[in-house]
Amino acid sequence: MILSGWGRYPRIDAKLSAPRNEKDLRALVLKGNAIARGNGRAYGDSAVSTQNTLHMKYFNRMLAFDAEHGQLVAQAGVLLADIIDVFLPLGWFPYVTPGTKFVTLGGMIAADVHGKNHHKEGSFAKYVEWIDLLTSDGSIKRCSAIENSDLFKWTLGGMGLTGIVLRAAIRLRPVQSAWIEQRTLVADNIGHAIELFEQSHDVTYSVAWIDCLQKGKSIGRSLIMLGEHADALIVPSKYRKTPLQIPRKRKLRVPLEFPSWSLNSLSVRAFNELYYWNGKRKRDQQLVDWDSYFYPLDSILGWNKIYGRRGFAQFQCVLPLKTADDGLRALLSAIASTRVGSFLAVLKRFGAQDSNFSFPMEGYSLALDFPVNKGSLDLMKRLDSITLEYGGRFYLAKDSRMSRNVFQHSEPRAKDYLSYRNKGAIPAVFGSAQSERLGL
Amino acid sequence: MSKGIALILGARSAIAMAIAHLFAKNGYDIQLAARNPDSLAADKSDIELRYKVTVTWHDFDALNIASHEQFVEQLPLLPDIAVCAVGYMGDQTENERDMKVTSMVMRSNYEGPASILAVLANSFEARGSGCLVGISSVAGERGRATNYIYGSAKAGFTVFLSGLRNRLSKKNVHVVTVLPGFVATKMIDGMDLPSKLIGQPEEVAVGVLKAVQKKQNVIYVKPIWQLIMVIIRNIPERFFKRMNI
Repeated sequence: MILSGWGRYPRIDAKLSAPRNEKDLRALVLKGNAIARGNGRAYGDSAVSTQNTLHMKYFNRMLAFDAEHGQLVAQAGVLLADIIDVFLPLGWFPYVTPGTKFVTLGGMIAADVHGKNHHKEGSFAKYVEWIDLLTSDGSIKRCSAIENSDLFKWTLGGMGLTGIVLRAAIRLRPVQSAWIEQRTLVADNIGHAIELFEQSHDVTYSVAWIDCLQKGKSIGRSLIMLGEHADALIVPSKYRKTPLQIPRKRKLRVPLEFPSWSLNSLSVRAFNELYYWNGKRKRDQQLVDWDSYFYPLDSILGWNKIYGRRGFAQFQCVLPLKTADDGLRALLSAIASTRVGSFLAVLKRFGAQDSNFSFPMEGYSLALDFPVNKGSLDLMKRLDSITLEYGGRFYLAKDSRMSRNVFQHSEPRAKDYLSYRNKGAIPAVFGSAQSERLGL
Repeated sequence: MSKGIALILGARSAIAMAIAHLFAKNGYDIQLAARNPDSLAADKSDIELRYKVTVTWHDFDALNIASHEQFVEQLPLLPDIAVCAVGYMGDQTENERDMKVTSMVMRSNYEGPASILAVLANSFEARGSGCLVGISSVAGERGRATNYIYGSAKAGFTVFLSGLRNRLSKKNVHVVTVLPGFVATKMIDGMDLPSKLIGQPEEVAVGVLKAVQKKQNVIYVKPIWQLIMVIIRNIPERFFKRMNI
């Protein structure tokens, strides 16, 4: 069947099975070239194997919760949305969340996802206490910082190439309310934005939305959104009696693919202007419910269809702190000069990260969506070179089109990963279309 | 506060599990009954964590009909709703050749389910309340070459449920007959079927909950199946016998 990631590009004819128990899963893994697939929210081909894609939808049970330590044990196919549904009313929230709640636990571990709090609280891996991994010889290994620690470290952020996560124990954060106190800062240009980020280091959540169409002095004009979990006492009076609950919202659904001309530089420019002025207008402190704050796009089901039939690609890189200012400037100039408007450009400050193969490093991460066409693919190649020039690297969970050459230049760590996997520790029976493309 | 107790017989199947989840979501405590029930540990914890209800498990062998009275007696509480999702299709070709297998299919789809529901019916009747749900099949509506052994047992079960409903309607006990068409479960994994006709286990669960709440008698899960079965039942036998459907 035809499989793709969230970006609906590339589309690959791949074999997909959905085993219902561990025995069937093991038999399929032993056939080789396996990759686990969660809810298909990686943008590109990370969770597609032409020969052996293994859907984890039947491994979706929550197994235990320790309310004293906030430790949840669950099978890998459990959705983050379900975890929040169950545990937020009890006063718990994930420590780290990506921009969508429709991801699985296994997927978050494989991609070692990050959120708006990376600068302060690190990536998802930090809150994983142990995992049970189905490895290449069919055995199940408990991995943690103490037990099978090498395998543990390579699996966090290892893009599913060390085995299949069956179960994991993660820690949740105690919260008083389901609300976030949000403040918006306006940055006139990229330098200003970086300055504001550096001043906001103690704030738990921070993220900037950049208007990519600005040039010259206002290049990198942006809105920086800061957030903190709100105390129960300050939630809106209407909801104060049940501070852990929010009103139900209607979901919109994109019913069909938009024609590909509907997102052109004019409509993108109009959207950006509107967003900017609207953000500027609402600068005061405000309370936002968790769903709107963390997952604004989740309320539009199937928003990936607005990019039309050819799909879209996301470019996300991180630049080290010392080159970030110049590097971001170079990236944004390249984008502004081609006028292939990006709908959403997101800037994020990362903190230090100590891990074998995870994406984040201390510095700045820039993420942009582009409809797939010749112009944007060419632009992304230029962005690749600029990123390399400034010593950055790329987020594999978003990647769908990087060349092997670019990847190998950006990832000196890939060699170690490969040699670990080939050493016999994990003979390479796991593989995805992406790992094949990148030589990983 | 629990809304009542739902007993799920044959709890390991995907349809049974979807029903257990939906009833738990709607506030029912759940009794899961199956063979080797300890293998349902993950499902028990999952349902308890997700819906904050109590789940218990109970060893139940549908084919061991001598044990059924004792099984019901030993339940910690008599359930308000009992759903029987026991069933086994087997392979038609094998069913035709091996009478042992044939008998197994007949007993799993008729004798076993009818026996346990008969015992529960008596308890519900004595109490003067309750609802019994039998998951039968459209395969029981007319015998077809491809699955008539399974179908004949389901036909027996459907008639049993109909009779039971007739008997208990004066006793404040309701009986629901569920006739799912194809449902995306292990039973049809690997079969090449038109996707429009395939329901999801969750759709069956929604249908069952609604039927229990609204006291519906016979439900098809996807409306299209009602239409299909009207047509299939009305094809004259002299044509039907030559058809490949």
